[in-house]
Amino acid sequence: MNATSSRYQVSIEADPTLPIIRMTRDFDATPAQLMRAHTDPELFARWIGPNGMETKILDWDATTGGRWRYVAGRDGEEYGFHGCFHEVGEDRIVQTFTFDGQPDGVALETLRFEDLGDGRTRLHAQSLVDSFEDRDQWLASGMETGVEEGYAKLDAMVAEL
Amino acid sequence: MVDDQLSRVFAALADPTRRDMVARLAVGDATVGKLAEPYDVSVQAVSKHIKVLTDAGLVSQSRDAQRRPCHLEAEVFDLMTKWIERYRQQAQERYERLDAVLAEMRDDEQPTHPRHPQQGAAS
Repeated sequence: MNATSSRYQVSIEADPTLPIIRMTRDFDATPAQLMRAHTDPELFARWIGPNGMETKILDWDATTGGRWRYVAGRDGEEYGFHGCFHEVGEDRIVQTFTFDGQPDGVALETLRFEDLGDGRTRLHAQSLVDSFEDRDQWLASGMETGVEEGYAKLDAMVAEL
Repeated sequence: MVDDQLSRVFAALADPTRRDMVARLAVGDATVGKLAEPYDVSVQAVSKHIKVLTDAGLVSQSRDAQRRPCHLEAEVFDLMTKWIERYRQQAQERYERLDAVLAEMRDDEQPTHPRHPQQGAAS
């Protein structure tokens, strides 16, 4: 299977009334495979970090009531993250997420794997953060990657206007 | 500083009345009185909303003493688009890495092996 440029795009919605970010993305995989890629620490470490950064899992218990901790690093720079697995279900993960650099902040993340049939699954990811300020900072953190790209359409929030 | 403005923009747009006002201003400039018409609120309340939108840089009011029509500053939306788009791109990159991992998992699963999350494989 050759790595053609992806046929699936992420869509993002910044809820205008709640400090929530929602993302959806389709995958050529079953819900069970996606679940595994999110709960097996070796697999997870291979895709979660930004390009060019290495992810080291320090603590990992992907079961209901379990916890996780990892650092993403490059050239001696390290960024740590940790949280708890509130629920690891059949097709759903509910977890908390804290960036060590901002230890008072905590996001509640809900991931849902919707079976689309034919070996395809839609990931619904929702992050509820502490405040609009935090949410907007989060979104702004995406700027660090400095990807060059043209403007795309406004996402849901702006489209609503 | 750009982030600050964006925070104000998001906060300003968190209110449904203000979103509606922005939508109407997208069609054309309007006076505060005109903007207030469809709402069951005082002109003062509408003025307050306008102030929030103005502080966020979304709306400007001309000096034209009598009418002071409100004008939508469209370039602020360009900033927002760009900003959200970058976050989206970052997520897209992450999920393309996940695509690759999933593709390998599919290949690994071919040889009759039942699917078991391998535990403790890390050293």
